[in-house]
Amino acid sequence: MSVTIRALMGACALGALGTAALAETTITVATVNNGDMIRMQGLMDAFYEAHPDIKVEWVTLEENVLRQRVTQDVATKGGQFDVMTIGTYEVPIWGERGWLVSLDDLPESYDADDILPAIRGGLTVDDHLYAAPFYGESSMVMYRKDLMEAAGLEMPEAPTWDFIKEAAAAMTDKAGEVYGICLRGKAGWGENMAFLTAMSNSYGARWFDMDWKPQFDSEAWKATLTDYLDLMNNYGPPGASSNGFNENLALFQSGKCGMWIDATVAASFVTNPTDSTVADKVGFALAPDNGLGKRGNWLWAWNLGIPAGTQKEDAAKTFVEWATSKEYLALVAEKEGWANVPPGTRTSLYENPEYLEAAPFAQMTLDSINAADPQHPTVDEVPYVGVQFVAIPEFQGLGTAVGQQFSAALAGQVTAEQALQSAQMLTEREMMKAGYIK
Amino acid sequence: MARNVTNRRKAVVTVLAWLVGLAIFFPILWIFILSFKSEGDAIKTPFEVLGSAWTFESYATVQERSNYFRHFWNSVVISVGSTLIGLLIAIPAAWAMAFVPGKRTKDVLMWMLSTKMLPPVGVLVPIYLLFRNLGLLDTRLGLVIVLTLINLPIIVWMLYTYFKEIPGEILEAARMDGASLKNELIHVLTPMAVPGIASTLLLNIILAWNEAFWTLNLTAAKAAPLTAFIASYSSPEGLFYAKLSAASTMAIAPILIMGWFSQKQLVRGLTFGAVK
Repeated sequence: MSVTIRALMGACALGALGTAALAETTITVATVNNGDMIRMQGLMDAFYEAHPDIKVEWVTLEENVLRQRVTQDVATKGGQFDVMTIGTYEVPIWGERGWLVSLDDLPESYDADDILPAIRGGLTVDDHLYAAPFYGESSMVMYRKDLMEAAGLEMPEAPTWDFIKEAAAAMTDKAGEVYGICLRGKAGWGENMAFLTAMSNSYGARWFDMDWKPQFDSEAWKATLTDYLDLMNNYGPPGASSNGFNENLALFQSGKCGMWIDATVAASFVTNPTDSTVADKVGFALAPDNGLGKRGNWLWAWNLGIPAGTQKEDAAKTFVEWATSKEYLALVAEKEGWANVPPGTRTSLYENPEYLEAAPFAQMTLDSINAADPQHPTVDEVPYVGVQFVAIPEFQGLGTAVGQQFSAALAGQVTAEQALQSAQMLTEREMMKAGYIK
Repeated sequence: MARNVTNRRKAVVTVLAWLVGLAIFFPILWIFILSFKSEGDAIKTPFEVLGSAWTFESYATVQERSNYFRHFWNSVVISVGSTLIGLLIAIPAAWAMAFVPGKRTKDVLMWMLSTKMLPPVGVLVPIYLLFRNLGLLDTRLGLVIVLTLINLPIIVWMLYTYFKEIPGEILEAARMDGASLKNELIHVLTPMAVPGIASTLLLNIILAWNEAFWTLNLTAAKAAPLTAFIASYSSPEGLFYAKLSAASTMAIAPILIMGWFSQKQLVRGLTFGAVK
């Protein structure tokens, strides 16, 4: 073979390689740092095998930083991300503004009807699905079975707030550093206000009436905040006004909490014998209620959405479809075991006996998710969507400002009445400024 | 008697200095300790943490999960690049202000400093849009430009303070010997100001290395430096202290080592002109 022919063949081969490289689409996925998302990054070989023409670059950020980054990017059409991990708070707002690509055209094999109705409801705007859920959670009661037994009580599957108060009193042993109840106290719309808004739903309270008038001057809110403060001041750990999820997790795992009402995702942490000293003593129950028809649990999901205007919509859709499919759940189960499958998104997962056996908290998680209705979150009618939040752009600022008032009340800096008055005033002012009320 | 009092005073001052130094250094020490603990142990009480087993587990996880060297290289390019460009602009500016001051030199200096008083978030959206239109989002060049502009007032101020201490007569003598402006700057002023320029350079590399607002907001996957690498290990829900500490240790180690070896120059530059 002559040198010329060899050179020509080499050039052809290089050209073919070049064409293949050109055909490759790289998408950038912005995501949060949680176990399920990180696990997916480790399982990408399966995706690349099925889709060799798509390459995924990850941008992993802390939740609040991520929220700011993706909001800024989608609002300015910055085009930095092709797939964004967004919460149930963002989806209705962004979907309504046309910032997200509709996912209505996902193939039949994706089986969108299999998505849990409560979760799907929160991701749908005007009958269009704007994001696919990757992982969902609610909140529930986690309690120490041994302490409950020692107190001579038995936790019902669906407790009331009165029972929680009674149990907290009976389990508290301040001298032994055991506190009857641990709840979020740190100020923030996703911190203490996630808990308190969900709790207020079960007390018949609401953020706004149908005319968007703030309702912090209602008896229901007064009862909510008073009971919360009583519980925390009498039976909670010291310094609770700066406690969030991680602080309470540390307290519970080290055996210092009798009960903890928080995200269902915590169940896998507190029952993990490597990290938890009380792993074999934990029981679960639905979030409490007051017999008014709504429980005090929230509903949250991390979802994958595609920003409108991305140049790589097809590749982005392919990735979203893969990452939120039933096949992905099966892949995680095969590689990492059923207990590590992202929970709270698909009905079929909760019909799988292998999953139910591997995750003893699965049924409670499902029941908690089903007990929340983001379209009708409160006892009385409201003009907004969202269980532990109000899906309007102003809520992030409002929720945090109100959360600061309630956190100050927990720290003893103001009374419950003063905190509610301030919350009412500042919310009225902001809603007036935003044009919701005149 | 007087000597006794002086010795006692010295001892008290030394102990105080050590205590303040340890208090400042303690968070870094604690990060370092936590980075060698398991996630379960990292959330225990301080005494339990110290008594628990040591492990490299977090470092292994961080290495496996992230591309440390890509972030590290981005940090090097961004911090060194912005500092060098800043120096190129600041040396002539500081020379002019120190040796040929005008009526408004003081005002200009104050105005430059006042730009540091604006909260960066106030100009985030305009800069983001500008970068989007210029195609500078998620590029190292974009970050070099932004960090140069942000640190320029500090560079000018530091160099100005240093140049002010150099007798103007030396430059005059050079001029009388026929040195051009360029030669005066390069061959006369710069060699005399090397310690000041070195400390300015070091301090600005540190400032640029640690800058977390713009580097997080203007980058995504390609140009993200070590600040973004650290941010990827924080989480409001879950156990992450040990991994976050390992990531932080890896991110600050290069700059800490550089600071350690150049502490003399740094202290000299920072305290220059403070005591006469």
